Amino acid sequence: MHDQLQPTGSNSNVVHARGLTRRYGEGATAVDALRGISIDVRSGQLVAVMGPSGSGKSTLMHILAGLDKPTSGTVEIAGTEITELRDSKLTLLRREHIGFVFQFFNLLPMLDAEENILLPLSIAGERPDDGWLEELLRKTGLTDRRSHRPAELSGGEQQRVAIARSLITHPTILLADEPTGNLDSKTGSEILELLRDSADAYHQTIVMVTHDARVASIADRILVLADGMIVKELIGSSASEVLEVMSTLG
Amino acid sequence: MIRVALKGLLGRKLRAALTAIAIVLGVAMVSGTYVLTDTIKAAFSTVFSTVYKHSDAVITGKSAIGTDNGGGGNTQPPSLSGSLLTEVQHLPGVALASAGISDSARLIGHNGKVIGRGGAPGLAFSYTPSGQRFNPLTLIRGSWPAGPGDIAIDEATASRSSFPLGQTIGVVARGPEQRFRITGIVKFANVSSLGGATMAVFTLPTAQQLFHKNGQYDTIDVAAAHGVSPRRLVSEIRPLLPASAQVKTGQQQAQQATKDTSGFLTIFQDFLLAFGGVALFVGSFVIANTLSITIAQRTRELATMRTLGATGRQVLRSVLLEAFVIGSLASVVGLFLGLALAKGLNQLFVSFGIDLPQSGTVFATRTIVVSLIVGILITLAAALRPALRATRVPPIAAVREGAVLPPSRLARLGSYPAGVTIALAIALMLVGLFVGGLSTGSRLLAIGLGTLALFLGVAMLAPTLVPPLARVLGLPAAKLGGAAGSLARGNAARNPARTASTASALMIGLTMVTLVGVLAAGLRTRFQDSVNQLFVANYAVTATDNFSPIGIAAEQALRRVPGVEVVSGVRAGRGRAFGSNMNVTAVDPGVTRVMALKWQSGNPSTPAQLDGSGALVSKDWASANHLHVGSPLSLQTPSGTVLHLTVRGVFDPPKGGSQLGDLSISTTRFDTAYPNPQNLYTFVNIQGGATPANTGLLNMALSGFPDAKLQTKTQFTHNQLQGLTLLLNLLYVLLSLSIVVSLFGIVNTLVLTVFERTRELGMLRAVGMTRRQIRRLIRHESVITALLGATLGIPLGVVLALMVGVALKYPVFTVPVGTLVVFVLAAVIAGLVAAILPARRAGRLNVLEALQYE
Repeated sequence: MHDQLQPTGSNSNVVHARGLTRRYGEGATAVDALRGISIDVRSGQLVAVMGPSGSGKSTLMHILAGLDKPTSGTVEIAGTEITELRDSKLTLLRREHIGFVFQFFNLLPMLDAEENILLPLSIAGERPDDGWLEELLRKTGLTDRRSHRPAELSGGEQQRVAIARSLITHPTILLADEPTGNLDSKTGSEILELLRDSADAYHQTIVMVTHDARVASIADRILVLADGMIVKELIGSSASEVLEVMSTLG
Repeated sequence: MIRVALKGLLGRKLRAALTAIAIVLGVAMVSGTYVLTDTIKAAFSTVFSTVYKHSDAVITGKSAIGTDNGGGGNTQPPSLSGSLLTEVQHLPGVALASAGISDSARLIGHNGKVIGRGGAPGLAFSYTPSGQRFNPLTLIRGSWPAGPGDIAIDEATASRSSFPLGQTIGVVARGPEQRFRITGIVKFANVSSLGGATMAVFTLPTAQQLFHKNGQYDTIDVAAAHGVSPRRLVSEIRPLLPASAQVKTGQQQAQQATKDTSGFLTIFQDFLLAFGGVALFVGSFVIANTLSITIAQRTRELATMRTLGATGRQVLRSVLLEAFVIGSLASVVGLFLGLALAKGLNQLFVSFGIDLPQSGTVFATRTIVVSLIVGILITLAAALRPALRATRVPPIAAVREGAVLPPSRLARLGSYPAGVTIALAIALMLVGLFVGGLSTGSRLLAIGLGTLALFLGVAMLAPTLVPPLARVLGLPAAKLGGAAGSLARGNAARNPARTASTASALMIGLTMVTLVGVLAAGLRTRFQDSVNQLFVANYAVTATDNFSPIGIAAEQALRRVPGVEVVSGVRAGRGRAFGSNMNVTAVDPGVTRVMALKWQSGNPSTPAQLDGSGALVSKDWASANHLHVGSPLSLQTPSGTVLHLTVRGVFDPPKGGSQLGDLSISTTRFDTAYPNPQNLYTFVNIQGGATPANTGLLNMALSGFPDAKLQTKTQFTHNQLQGLTLLLNLLYVLLSLSIVVSLFGIVNTLVLTVFERTRELGMLRAVGMTRRQIRRLIRHESVITALLGATLGIPLGVVLALMVGVALKYPVFTVPVGTLVVFVLAAVIAGLVAAILPARRAGRLNVLEALQYE
């Protein structure tokens, strides 16, 4: 079994964020997307961030990924404070520590499944670990589809390619943005199971933003956001409880 | 619907501007050409009407062989006899008649070299106080020349070469350099620049002596008595004239002179317009491609309009309207840019030694009309196909994720249309090149249309060639550029039609450049071979400009150099035989020791036996006119003499041309038949051959002849090829315009591609691509596209050159490998330059926004 990276900092939390606020615009028209959020994610946890539209969950994830900068507050990823990093340093940090899964898969159409999976290594100029590639292909059930291009793959298969692509670099943390948002419910469930499976099998830390209430059955923790704040934290909750919480928030 | 189209255009300003540039440059070339040639024409017309302004009638010599603009040799018409002036002066209708000399003389600068650039003439006139009424020149400072040592020169030369009043200046006319004191500075009224021409004015007796025209004149200007019309004056004068003279009214004379120059200027104009045409053709590719891409990107938008009730016809109209607006704006900008370009073109020609007179800029209505119509029509024609495709976007595409444009009807036919177009192109070119009995005009038309069709055909075929070619051409990128390189390689083949169209625009320019380069290399090789075969002299002497004939006094001076074994001058003039005008040369017995002639009939002693009536003819000319040794032929000289000649020898000149014309006579006969004989070449053999010491000796002998240039065989070959080299460079510069247009095409495609792949670029950044890697990705794609253009264009150019070569019975076909490598490198650099802006835009994308981009 492949062991994933140990957290580099003294803190065993791979994500350590404090007092995050994010304000868009200025003056009277300013919008506060985040209004003071602090979270810690322990290594190997699968955390789901839920909330209605406009609750700030996407902003939170973008800030954790270093794609957006908080108005105030700090974010440590694998022990590195990232809010003040320059673009090139951030790029390298993403290469090393962060894997991405997007709602619209974002695969390159001219590359086949295997090439898409290996893309982050190729960008970083690193040699692929053949054993790890085969393991991921097996895990995602793509061994027979490895030489197909995205146009020849179903939505679920494309998302599985994207998950394998995010895992190929052994990221410290995998960030998934609505990974089931563009899939039918059966395929969506399969993808959620794959993510849970990856967290277990590879001790992979995963933070996922989602609308999908079924995520409750697989998440270790669920953070519910509303109006830029964490309004509830559920640990190992059932789906019905999540749905209930969601409905009270409208 | 119209408002939607216009608003859409405003929303895509950068794209509209980049599209427009392709048309702006082509239109600017068209407009600039018209402005430049109109301005030059106007200047010439002003010059001639000024010259003859006060003359009611003008008497000049009349060449017995007609107006003749042939190359090589002295083409001056015969001079007028001195007695004619007196006779004219005694006519009742004549108030005043004044005779003068008009010839050419070189002024010598402080550096001992001939003043004047390239082929600009050195004009020489005579001045008489009695003829002041007819004088087109204005005295600015000093006084008119009055004595044998006096000269007046033009203001431009005086200031450019810093010759103040009172100083002496060297002049080369027929003989060695002579010095004159500058008594006056003159100016040609109303003309801002006479180009590179210099002017020298002498007293009439001095001019007659200087040009060996004692007792003779070149022109007689006549003013009519009161009440006598110019027409009547001319008819009064005409009976007095010999066959070698003619009389015209001042106005007719000015018109004739203008017409003679405008013939040359029309060719010049067509030549430049052709480059504008190529640039516009390339521009049409760029526009068609840009519009295709924008329409593909707007599929969703167009479909939405269809769901809202817009008809296909409305969509078509809105796209064409957009093209019309872009075309109109671009044409207007191009039109005015042409005014600046005209100045630039003139500078270009001046730097290539073609310095033509200028007056105030002429901006004719024709220029405006043609530029606008051509620009707009080409834009609309290029927009037609993308517009038709836009009409076929189904309304359902509005709600589909990732909707794409349905393939065009043509595309469904595969490569058949391309094959048919190429076959048609080749057929047209073969007709133009090989079918007999066609006029030059229709030949050129067939070849031109064939070439256009060939470009279209290859461009149509290109989408099928792009994927395999991109894979090969992208190899270096994939090897060197890491992930960015391999992705670029994939991207280049991702939308073959788009890449093909972008590369095709570059292909056109590269094909033309290659065609020119290969033909020039062939000419060069052939000429070098011919010099290697013929040239057995130690030295050659020509004019400093390499092509003008020079006085024979230089030859005589060389004969006096100690150690000289042979000095053999090749005289040159024009003559008429078998109904057409031709170059006539003259040789002396020594010619066989300096030129290794290949004899078909005759032997090295033949030139010594030419005497008064012998002729030496080239093999081809002999067979064309059924001549052999012993055949009689008659040759008419410009002064009217008819020489009855007999063929004594037939020589076989090398394919690269020879220094002897098709017909040569003996130097002694030439010197009696042609007034003021001049040498085109003078060959020298000296004891010890070409050595620094001998070079010094000979140059010393030539020190009195600043217009003569001594050169060894290598220098001679180089100098004689200088004209070709200049022409070649000029063609390269003019063709680079269409390459620049295609460069904008690459920029355009890349900008649009970056725009289209925004989300993808965001993903790449998110998974760890640095800005540098993103820029590299775009650069590599650009270079691969440019290399595709080179891969298509260079072989096409070689094939075209081969076809032209076969048609011209061109035995030496040289592929200038070095030059072609330079072209490939130039394409790579072009690709890098084109990528600068798009790569920066791609690198600057905000990752977060890019990821959320739809």
